[in-house]
Amino acid sequence: MGRYALRYGVLAYLSMLLVVPVGMIAYRTFQHGVSPVWDALSSDSATSAIKLSLLIAAIAVPINVVFGIATGWLLARRKMPVPWLVNAIINLPFAMSPVIIGLAVFQLYGRTGWIGQYLFDHQIPVLFTWKAMVIATVFISLPFVVREVVPVLEEIGTDQEQAAEVLGATALQGFFRVTLPAIRWAVVYGTILTVARALGEYGAVNLVSSNIVGQGLTLPLYVDNRVNQLDPTSAYSAGLLLAVISLIILVGMTTLSGRRHRTAEETTA
Amino acid sequence: MSIQCQNVSKSFGDFHALQDVTVEIDSGQLTAVLGPSGGGKSTLLRIIAGLETADSGTVLIEGQDVTHVLARDRGIGFVFQHYAAFTHMTVWENVAFGLKIQKTPKEKIRGRVNDLLNLVHLDGLAKRYPSELSGGQRQRMALARALAVEPGLLLLDEPFGALDVKVRQELRDWLRRLHDEVHTTTIFVTHDQEEAMEIADQIIVINAGRVEQAGTPDTLYDRPANQFVMGFLGPVTQLGDRMVRPHDIRVSTQPEAGAQEAVVDRLTSLGFETRIVARPTNNGSPVTVQLTRNQINELNLQVGSRVYLSTYPTAQQVSMPA
Amino acid sequence: MLYLSLLVGLPVAALISLSADSTAWSAVYHDAHTRTVLEFTFAVSLAVAVLNSITGVALAWVLVRDDFPGKRIVNALIDLPFALPTIVAGLVLLTLYGPTKPVGLNVAGTRVGVLFALLFVSLPFVVRAVQPVLLTLEREVEDAAACLGAKQWTIFWRIILPAIRPAALTGATLAFARVMGEFGSVVLISGNIPRTEIASQVIFNDVENGAPAQAAVVGIILLGTALVVFVLLGLLMRRWTRHG
Repeated sequence: MGRYALRYGVLAYLSMLLVVPVGMIAYRTFQHGVSPVWDALSSDSATSAIKLSLLIAAIAVPINVVFGIATGWLLARRKMPVPWLVNAIINLPFAMSPVIIGLAVFQLYGRTGWIGQYLFDHQIPVLFTWKAMVIATVFISLPFVVREVVPVLEEIGTDQEQAAEVLGATALQGFFRVTLPAIRWAVVYGTILTVARALGEYGAVNLVSSNIVGQGLTLPLYVDNRVNQLDPTSAYSAGLLLAVISLIILVGMTTLSGRRHRTAEETTA
Repeated sequence: MSIQCQNVSKSFGDFHALQDVTVEIDSGQLTAVLGPSGGGKSTLLRIIAGLETADSGTVLIEGQDVTHVLARDRGIGFVFQHYAAFTHMTVWENVAFGLKIQKTPKEKIRGRVNDLLNLVHLDGLAKRYPSELSGGQRQRMALARALAVEPGLLLLDEPFGALDVKVRQELRDWLRRLHDEVHTTTIFVTHDQEEAMEIADQIIVINAGRVEQAGTPDTLYDRPANQFVMGFLGPVTQLGDRMVRPHDIRVSTQPEAGAQEAVVDRLTSLGFETRIVARPTNNGSPVTVQLTRNQINELNLQVGSRVYLSTYPTAQQVSMPA
Repeated sequence: MLYLSLLVGLPVAALISLSADSTAWSAVYHDAHTRTVLEFTFAVSLAVAVLNSITGVALAWVLVRDDFPGKRIVNALIDLPFALPTIVAGLVLLTLYGPTKPVGLNVAGTRVGVLFALLFVSLPFVVRAVQPVLLTLEREVEDAAACLGAKQWTIFWRIILPAIRPAALTGATLAFARVMGEFGSVVLISGNIPRTEIASQVIFNDVENGAPAQAAVVGIILLGTALVVFVLLGLLMRRWTRHG
C-alpha cells in the first residue's frame, strides 16, 4: 500500500508543480479563442521580440557550438596548463546567477568598463543594443556543448583518430570524417540545450537590454513587459509560444538521450 | 620494405619504455615482437608507425630516414589491438576509408574493397556496422582496412589479444597464409610465445625496454642468449647451477658420474607425458623433469624413488648467475 | 583558451574589480533591506534544498522502482523546468497560484509564492542525480535484505539511503546554488514587494538605480557562498568515498 501512496503522492506533487500550471497557461491563452492570440503574436512589438530572440540565438548558438567542440576537443585531447581552472571557467556560467552574469557584461561594456571605454571613444554602441545581449547569451549558454562533448570524446579514445591518421588522413580530415561523426549526437544534444537557454534567457539579457518595446525586447522580456503592462493576452500568447518551443526541445532531449547511450555502447563494444 | 631502428629510446615521464633499442627487419618477412606486457614492444611498433616519436635514435624504412615523417606519409598499414573500427561507418566504408582519402577513382575503390572483403571472408557483411560484428570479424575488417591502401609495411599491435582461444588460432593460421600470399613486410606484437613461434619468420624478444635477442624461432629456442629468453620461450628448470628444459634432463635409477642424486617428490600425469618433481639430496632447489609415460614405466618411478639426474649432451643450458 | 578568458574571464574580472570598493561594502552592510533580503535568500534556498532532497528522492524512487502507465512521459516531464524559460515558469505559477485563484490559492506577493517558484525551477537536480545511482543499485540487495526479514522502512534507511546519500546531497547543493541566484521565475510572482525580494532582484534594482558597485558586492557574496558550499560538498564527498 505504501508504494501506491508514494506513487500517487509523487504524481500529485508533480502535477501541482508542473503539469497543471503549464496546462493552465494554455487554457488562459486560448480562453477567448484563437484569433486574439494570433493578433497578439502578429503585433509589431511581438514580431520584433520574436525576431530579436531568433537573431540572438542565430548568432550565439553557432558560436557556442563551434567553440564548444573546439574547447571540448582541447580539454579531452590536449594537456591543459591548469585543467581545473579551465574546467572551473567553463562551468562558471552554471554556478553564477544570470543577473550577476548580466552585471559582469554590463560592467565590462559599460561606459566606464575596460572594453566599454574604448567602444565609447570610438562611438561603437554595444551596451543596451542587441550586441550586448548576444554577448550575455553566449556567456550564459557556453557550458552546454563542452560538457556534452568531453565525456564522449574521452570514452571513444584516440584509436579511431590514429587509425585514420595511419590510413593517410590529415588531422582535419580525421576530425571531420571520424571524430565529428562519432560525437555527433553529443553535439546535437548540447546544441539543443544551448538553443533552449539562448531563447529562454531572461535575467542576463534584461540587465544589458534597452528594454524598449519593439526594439530591445526578446520574447522572455516581452512576456515580463506585457504582464507589467496588464496585457495578459499578449503575455500568455508569447509565454505559450516559448512553452511550446521548450516542449519541442524536451521531446528532442528525450529521444536523443536514448540515442546518446546507444552510441556509447557501440563505441565500447 | 626493410626497417631499421637505431638506438631508439623513449620515456613516458620516469618510465623508460625503450632504452637504446636497435633492430633490423628484412623485407618481406613476418616478424614477431615478443615480450611481457609493459616491456616496450607496443611502443616500438608505434614508433615505427609514426604514432609515437622517439626521444632519440632514428627509424629507417628502406634505408630512408623517416624519424620525422608523419604517420600518414609512411605508407603503412596498422591494426590496433581493440580494432579501432570507425563505429559510424559500415564495414564497406571502413575498408574504403583509406582509398577515399587518397582520392582513388570510385570504380577502383569498389573493385579493391570487394576483393579485400572477399579475402577476409566478409563479403556478405559489407553493409553491417562494426557493432553488429563479432570480435574476430571486426579484427578481419580492421586487417582489410589496413591492407586497402596497399601498404609496404603491415604493423599489428597484439592483433588477436582480445579474442577467444579458438578464434585466435584461426586468425593466426589465416595471417600466416595471408602473408605467404601477399608477402608484405609484417611486424606483429604479441606476448604469446606460442603465437610468435608458430607463425613468425623472425622473433625479436623485448623486455624492460631492451632487446634481449633477435633471430629465427629455432635460434631463439635452441640458443637462447640469456636466462630471460630461455625462460620466456618455454618451460625451464634448474639443475645445479644451470638452467635447462625439463625434457632435456636424463633420468637414471643407477648412479652415474656427474649425475645429481635426488628423490622423487611428486608425479603428475598430463596425458601421454608425465611431469616429476625431484628433490636433490644436496638440498638444492627442486627439479622438474618431463618424461613420457613409457619412460616412467620402464624406470618404474614412484614417489620416494631415488634417481640420478643429468643432462643430455645436446641439451640447451644457460649458466645461472652467481 | 584566449576565447574563454576573453568571454568569461574578463567580465568576471570586471565584476570583481567593481566590487573592490569599501564604500559599496559598507553601504551593503548598513542597508537593512539588503541584509533582510540576503537572510531570506539563504533561508529559502536552504528550505528548497531540503524539500527537494525529500521530493527528489521520492520521485527518483518511483521512476526507477515503480511501474505505471505513462511513466516515460512523467520521466520526460522532470526536465521541463530546465527547458522552460524561467520567465514562463514565473508566468505559469502566477496564472495558477496568482490573484485569479483558479485553485483557490493566491500566493502572489508572498514568500510562499517565491518558494513555489524556486521549487519549480530546481525540481530536476536531485531527481537526475539520484536516478542513475538507484538504477545501478541492485534490486537483489533490497530483495536480500527483505529475505533477511527487514521491513520496507528498514530497507530504505539501512540500504537505499546510504547508497544514494552522496548523489542526493550533490543534487541538493546544485539546487541550492541555482536557486540562490534565481531571478526570472520569481520576478512575476514576488510582485515587486520588498518583503519577497531575493538577492538577484536586489542586484537588478541596484543596477537600475545606478549603484552597480553595490550590486557587484551582493553578487560577490552570492558567488562566495556558492563557492563555500561547493568546497564543503567536495570535502564531504571525499570523506564519504574514503569510507565507502
